[in-house]
Amino acid sequence: MSLQYIGLHSISGSLVVLDHVKGVQFDEMARIVLDDGTERTGRVAMLEGDKAILQVFEGTNGLSLSNSRTQFTGRPMEMPLSGDLLGRVFTGAGRPSDGLGEVMPETFRDINGQPLNPVSRQYPRNYIQTGISSIDCLMTLIRGQKLPIFSGTGLSHNKLAVQIVQQAKIAKEQGGEFAVVFAAMGIQNDVADYFRRSFAESGVLQNVVMFLNLANDPIVERIITPRCALTAAEYLAYEKHMHILVVMTDMTAYAEALREFSSSKGEIPGRKGYPGYLYSDLASLYERAGIIEGREGSVTQLPILTMPNDDITHPVPDLTGYITEGQIVLDRGLEQSGVYPPISVLPSLSRLMKDGIGEGYTRADHAAVANQLFAAYAQVQDARSLASVIGEEELSPLDRKYLEFGKYFEKCFLSQGFDENRSMEETLDLGWTLLSLLPESALDRVDDQVLKAHYDPEKAQALVEKVRE
Amino acid sequence: MMQQQPVIFSVNGPVVKVRNQNIFSMMEMVYVGSRRLIGEVIGLTDTETTIQVYESTSGLRTGEPVEPTGAPMSVTLGPGIMTNIFDGIERPLRALESASGAFIGDGLDVPILDTEKQYDVTVKVRVGTMLQGGEVYASCPETSVILHLCMIPPNLSGKVVYAAPDGKYCINDEILRLEDAAGRVHSLTLCQKWPIRRARPAARRLAPSRPMITGQRVLDTLFPIARGGTAAIPGGFGTGKTMTQHQIAKWCDADIIVYIGCGERGNEMTQVLEEFTALKDPRTGKSLMERTVLIANTSNMPVAAREASIYTGITLAEYYRDMGYHIAIMADSTSRWAEALREISGRLEEMPAEEGYPAYLPSRLSEFYERTGAYEVLSGREGSVTVIGAVSPQGSDFSEPVTQNTKRFVRCFWGLDKALAYARHYPAINWTMSYSEYMDDLAQYYEREVDRRFIPDRTEISGLLKEEQTLMDIVRLIGSDVLPDDQKLVIEIARVIRVGFLQQNAYHAEDTYVPLKKQFRMMELILHVYHRAKDLIAERVPLDAITGSGIFEQIIKVKYDIPNRELQKFDTLTRSIDRKLDALRAQRKEAAL
Repeated sequence: MSLQYIGLHSISGSLVVLDHVKGVQFDEMARIVLDDGTERTGRVAMLEGDKAILQVFEGTNGLSLSNSRTQFTGRPMEMPLSGDLLGRVFTGAGRPSDGLGEVMPETFRDINGQPLNPVSRQYPRNYIQTGISSIDCLMTLIRGQKLPIFSGTGLSHNKLAVQIVQQAKIAKEQGGEFAVVFAAMGIQNDVADYFRRSFAESGVLQNVVMFLNLANDPIVERIITPRCALTAAEYLAYEKHMHILVVMTDMTAYAEALREFSSSKGEIPGRKGYPGYLYSDLASLYERAGIIEGREGSVTQLPILTMPNDDITHPVPDLTGYITEGQIVLDRGLEQSGVYPPISVLPSLSRLMKDGIGEGYTRADHAAVANQLFAAYAQVQDARSLASVIGEEELSPLDRKYLEFGKYFEKCFLSQGFDENRSMEETLDLGWTLLSLLPESALDRVDDQVLKAHYDPEKAQALVEKVRE
Repeated sequence: MMQQQPVIFSVNGPVVKVRNQNIFSMMEMVYVGSRRLIGEVIGLTDTETTIQVYESTSGLRTGEPVEPTGAPMSVTLGPGIMTNIFDGIERPLRALESASGAFIGDGLDVPILDTEKQYDVTVKVRVGTMLQGGEVYASCPETSVILHLCMIPPNLSGKVVYAAPDGKYCINDEILRLEDAAGRVHSLTLCQKWPIRRARPAARRLAPSRPMITGQRVLDTLFPIARGGTAAIPGGFGTGKTMTQHQIAKWCDADIIVYIGCGERGNEMTQVLEEFTALKDPRTGKSLMERTVLIANTSNMPVAAREASIYTGITLAEYYRDMGYHIAIMADSTSRWAEALREISGRLEEMPAEEGYPAYLPSRLSEFYERTGAYEVLSGREGSVTVIGAVSPQGSDFSEPVTQNTKRFVRCFWGLDKALAYARHYPAINWTMSYSEYMDDLAQYYEREVDRRFIPDRTEISGLLKEEQTLMDIVRLIGSDVLPDDQKLVIEIARVIRVGFLQQNAYHAEDTYVPLKKQFRMMELILHVYHRAKDLIAERVPLDAITGSGIFEQIIKVKYDIPNRELQKFDTLTRSIDRKLDALRAQRKEAAL
């Protein structure tokens, strides 16, 4: 169909209105050709009578009511896909930006995807070893899970994401191929470059597909960036049978783009000005993680978001937490006291870990040690807040023990080097050793038998002395 | 005047408008576009008809036809519902999978219930019988544990003019012909339809008198829910709403579970499906799925169907209630449903009330919760619908509109607490914030079925928890050393209650479900030790000596150490603890001499 509409009816923000159009489909794509020969892409956001409202991805700067011709493609936004995506770099709208030319498409897919039927899903059960003690032991990442990192501006979330990508051991035993899809939304050039360099240095770049929408790129494009990335991820996972880890950063920038776009459409705002459908919209991204029953391959998501003002109740982290299967929360206090990775253990959680750990997966005592560490570390917080009021000397002997435990837990367990890759065995044993700093009677989350097998105060003392030296 | 065939005038997300038509009625189900997407009329003016579409509207054009069906949005009720998993508008997800693969396509036309499966039908009436609405005319085993009763639709009555013989029938085979007072003959099969937004009528509402026993100590003992009652579980993410609902669904003593996954995670529904199928139901010895129906409208499925899923679920529940079953509905999460209302309201450009929610949010919530209750149904049997609704407050702030409005319409409030969840105290139900208004209604039951001392014990336990809270305020300021021993004992015993009684391990074979009798024995034991220790302290035995004897740790581990079937072990344990305490007392006397 080569019908072209000359001119526009009106322009408002990134939206343009076309008059007297016929047979236009909701959600279809349009090409807008300017008189100077440049081309822009638009998507039908609303239809009313013979009017069509288009959102223009590249922005409306330079558009006038008469200098363009618009042609509808009759198709929704689609992405060309092939196995050659690996190693390529795309813009946020899914166009190649590495100078290597167009992708030779094996197929095209609607970037919005379709909801995965709950009965076709396979419940995620296989864990991914990240080599980071706090994550592996206390909030185990499971293949097919969506586990966001809640961070704040200036915290080391990018470093942590890179370390996870470098160390993640996926399906080595099953022989499935592992690749990373990286979606950058509204991040600075430097940050994008940091990721690219880190991937190159660790030699994983050939297994990474990058979609870059940087801070100065148009916001409408930012809205489709994660969709392009996830479409690529789904294709590689379900048709090329690879295990895909999708790193998406920064989800807050994405949500802000959505808010800007929504307000330019004149929609009624919900909380903090974000559109009322922010939950559904975020869910349409996060829910694309998973495993399909009977197919090799998986999509695991590691979205990163910065909590504005470190506020976990802000709508973006809040709604994200309701959709994702847990969260890894970073803490400014820990970062400032030199703990890397600064993972705040108590509010962090992996919902899927309970079925992916223990006998047959990690080790039979994993759940016990994780539960007891959580409970003990919660006591540490209580003891600390008490100590800050009445002073350490006034604390009961048990509370003083907790303080000591807390200190070594942060020093030996939470803290680890950027290139320190701890095995699951090491991590769990370390957990027991630290717990043995506490009196046996305080460890009430553990069965007596399990406790007997692992409780070893001498080992704990040895660790303390080693650290003191 | 002939009207033109109605066509689409505008499309905005899930909302479609049609102009200049007056053939539609409110809440009518319609087919939208040439792909025949399912929609529902939600607004009518003289010039405009507003339709919400339950499937993705991508690719719709203006000018495509809209086809009225003449009937309100309805569900099909009949055998085949149990063990099934539906989307928000009762489309079977397994059939959708065979029709369009792992990803759900649009405009799929699949039969709601299996039309080819044959059931062993026993016809209960003969030609000439007069039948009223709600009376049973046939029965068939639906699953190995559920006997399905076919009832005359509530709005129909008349004389039987034909009754099929007993035998094997499919759901659309004619079983009965009924002639009503006006002489019209109605053909009845094994299934019927009912509009989802209208409550099915019942004969009489009954007062709540019996608890729904969940086997969860903090619920059954401190904040019980009645059969036919309503409860809300609000909690921020990660506090265990879903986990609590799973536990209740698995262990509560309802006959049938309706689990509504409303705008929640896909993996969670897969988990429910897997776990419930694998779980051997202690009540029947068969799979729990045999008496469960799942409604899964996950967060990435169309938002309008999410709004409908709650009504679909409660309509299915009411249908089984009319057969005389007790149904427990788990609605996870009602906040997502409220958000779906908000989203659609926004698309309709309605005037928003609080936080963008429509002003009719409270009335919709109350309409839903009021469809619960214990009833004498039309056929004279007793049945009930209990609803346990999860609430996901924005920013974990319980003052937000959905939590606040829900609180007005439910009688049990099980508030989940982030601090408890962080300390991995599960179920993280905060005992100071939660309440149950049913306690008075249910007191008689506990006295009759468990023990006369159950209620006083419960009061004492919650009193101790309250006292601990007051004492902790002091401790937080000046430390625990300044407290006298009897107050320290309160703190110690409250710890025993929290860790040994309120905390419950869902993954422990013995602890995951605890019968009322054991709950009572545990309370008795804790209070017995408390009273004895208090006496000893009055006799100047130091608290440290009592703590040092390890009895508190012993009580804490009772939940694991004494199996549910061997409650007589409580007697032995009490005796051994008594001996330890006696010894302490003797020591003290010796020292005093």
